[in-house]
Amino acid sequence: MTAPADNGTAVTTHAFDAPPSAKKRDPWSIVRYLALAAALVFALFPIWFIVAAAVNPAGNLNTTQLLPDGFGTGNYAELTSARPFWSWYKNTLIIAGFGSIFAVFIGVCAAYAFSRLRFAGRRPGLMTLLLIQMFPSLLTFVALFRIFTDLGDVIPQFGLNTSIGLILAYLGGAMGGNVWLLKGYFDTVPKELDEAAKVDGASHARIFFSMTLPLITPILVTVGMIQFIGLFNEFLLASVFLKDVEAQTLGVGLNALLTADRNKYFGAFCMGAVLASAPIVLVYLSFQRQLIGGLTAGSVK
Amino acid sequence: MTRSPWLIVKWVAIGTTLALLLWIAGKYAAAGQLPFVIGVGFVAMCVLLVYGTSRSVPMKYLFPGLFFLLALQVWPIIFTVMTSLTNYGDGHMGAKEDSVKYLVAQSVTEVPDAPRYTMSVAVTSGGDVTTSDLVLLLTDPTQGTTFVGDADGLSPISDGVVKSETGKITAAAGYQILGAREVNARSADLNAIAVPTDDGGGIKTSGLSEAFVGKASIRYDAAADRLIDTATGIRYQPQNAQWVPEGGQGQALTTGWMENVGFRNYTDALTNDTLRTGFLKILIWNLIFPLISVASTFLLGMAFALLFNDDRIKFKGLWRSLLILPYALPGFVTALVWRQMFNQDPNFGLINKTLGWSVDWLGDPTAAKVALLITNLWLGFPYMFLICTGALQSVPGDVKEAAKIDGASGLRTVQSIIMPLVLVAVGPLLVASYAFNFNNFALIFLMTNGGPFEGNQTQVGSTDLLITYAFRLAIGGTTPNFGFAAAISMFIFVIVALISLQGFRRTASLEDVN
Repeated sequence: MTAPADNGTAVTTHAFDAPPSAKKRDPWSIVRYLALAAALVFALFPIWFIVAAAVNPAGNLNTTQLLPDGFGTGNYAELTSARPFWSWYKNTLIIAGFGSIFAVFIGVCAAYAFSRLRFAGRRPGLMTLLLIQMFPSLLTFVALFRIFTDLGDVIPQFGLNTSIGLILAYLGGAMGGNVWLLKGYFDTVPKELDEAAKVDGASHARIFFSMTLPLITPILVTVGMIQFIGLFNEFLLASVFLKDVEAQTLGVGLNALLTADRNKYFGAFCMGAVLASAPIVLVYLSFQRQLIGGLTAGSVK
Repeated sequence: MTRSPWLIVKWVAIGTTLALLLWIAGKYAAAGQLPFVIGVGFVAMCVLLVYGTSRSVPMKYLFPGLFFLLALQVWPIIFTVMTSLTNYGDGHMGAKEDSVKYLVAQSVTEVPDAPRYTMSVAVTSGGDVTTSDLVLLLTDPTQGTTFVGDADGLSPISDGVVKSETGKITAAAGYQILGAREVNARSADLNAIAVPTDDGGGIKTSGLSEAFVGKASIRYDAAADRLIDTATGIRYQPQNAQWVPEGGQGQALTTGWMENVGFRNYTDALTNDTLRTGFLKILIWNLIFPLISVASTFLLGMAFALLFNDDRIKFKGLWRSLLILPYALPGFVTALVWRQMFNQDPNFGLINKTLGWSVDWLGDPTAAKVALLITNLWLGFPYMFLICTGALQSVPGDVKEAAKIDGASGLRTVQSIIMPLVLVAVGPLLVASYAFNFNNFALIFLMTNGGPFEGNQTQVGSTDLLITYAFRLAIGGTTPNFGFAAAISMFIFVIVALISLQGFRRTASLEDVN
């Protein structure tokens, strides 16, 4: 965890031109650190609570303890014995992984066309995309549910209760969601590079795949991770689409676990929550800087 | 030439895509859905035209995105608009003829001395035993002939049929037979099945392994367009997409049909007293909730950003990483854990226990709103902290220094110099955050599910947003009303579009200032 922390420090310090005043004793220092401590307590106590409940030995129904009675793996056993927790995990990773890869690919292709190629309907097309994006895509869940019910009747592999079906449903928003952000980055790559390559006889595909794409790899990684986190956390469509316990994602499955018995399974739920959060938290901490750049450019959680 | 290997790759990709499309078209052809076969064929033509020739280079890049956009975003939007103009929902699912067929078959009662079939329950092979439509595999006990029956009628079956000693079918080609436990789990579905027979009667199940032939007590008079209950003598006439007794007395039959109702769903939301009160109540909370959420998260985030942006603090990077942890946690985890912490019983609810209170956080309308806002504050402040930190760091140092030289106090500098600059930078993001929280489905759904519900109200909860309301109307409840839910969705779209447009316009003007 030290690397990202170092990064953070590096970013913050160089932004200041003037060093702080050279006063040795700052009367506000204690207040500042107290406020800092309060902020951290507010931010961290629920997380501490989750971890404490997760490792608390099973059989203890009292879930208000901030200090666990001991360290036990009973919750893990409870979590994985009667329910396919690792299937949920696998499904979530597959859906979020492939979903974000395809979404970025589709978005980057479209952004390239909108940034570099000139064609009739380019500007109206971009504007239309913006307008369509304003229709909150999750409102179409009724329509998507019916479409995929019908599709599943004919081709069960693509229907409800399948990871492929859910990925396809997510891909509807792939082009509109990212095209503006990605186009902005394509616009920063000098056009002269393309033209030079064209003069040398490179085809458009060659320019795109072997020259422009590598140049914007950093932003692709950022957009990809934001997509991944978004899909990892998505709940509504997943809960509408995935009714089979085996086919569910972590969010849907863990919610069902708590719905079954809120108090009895809380420990198991927390164990699942800790395991489920691990990849996302790691991604956040390792790529803090890139993610912040991407998040402030228009994506909201 | 270096091109040739890539040319091969390209054609292999085109070929694979076409093969996949051909397979899909085959499936649709087998299901007899001609329009879809034509549609898939059209897509295949497009693929060949776009990637096989060099007519349009931009299209090569836009096609995949365009395809998914049209199929899975534009089409669902159109579909939602169309649904909002119908009464599609519980009891109004199919065509009028289907409702006649269904009601007649449902009225079947056993004819004395008619044969009882030996029955197995099955689903089509590959179907899901817990959700797919059930079919009945029947054996005529006297002749030993075998049939398959579903909602469309009875047809003979012999392919791969294996019978037990009692005549019960234990295997049949194309079908997967359910075990006793699986059948039991679906007994409600099983009771609803009625296989129509040619003479106007039907076959219904009796227990888990028998089915009887019966005669329908309801008869359809096609000439007069009336359903006649021969047992009671009541004649039902079609009215408002339902079968109601002539003369308007008595109960309508449960199954009606789907029809266009024009703008009735929209006008109902605005004029029907019961619906309107609920709709307005939700709308008001829906406007307030994101407002308070954005304001509270922004103020806290900004305060923390100012605090943590001070160079006199050591290990800033580390503290910052810890502070954004709430944001890194998956949203569903946050909502569910806070729900537990707000539990009224101090044995389970951390907050009541710590504070020594006994507030019924999720059972009292006001407390539930407060609980949601607190949770959303915790969930959202790290985002505001991040973007405010970014904005603070881009405030030029010389501006701050100039303020200092002019004798401005720390607070004054923040108020008059830093805040305006930060607001210019984060303004559009605040609008985006408002629009996001306007439809914050997961938080409400997981924490309160719109509740608590007051009095005898079961549809409109105290913390419902329009989107959770629409969701409950559509598939959350026992009597789905897709048409009305779609109309609510359209209202949400208009409101969000207005907010976003306003936001974009403000963004443009703010950028001019800078």
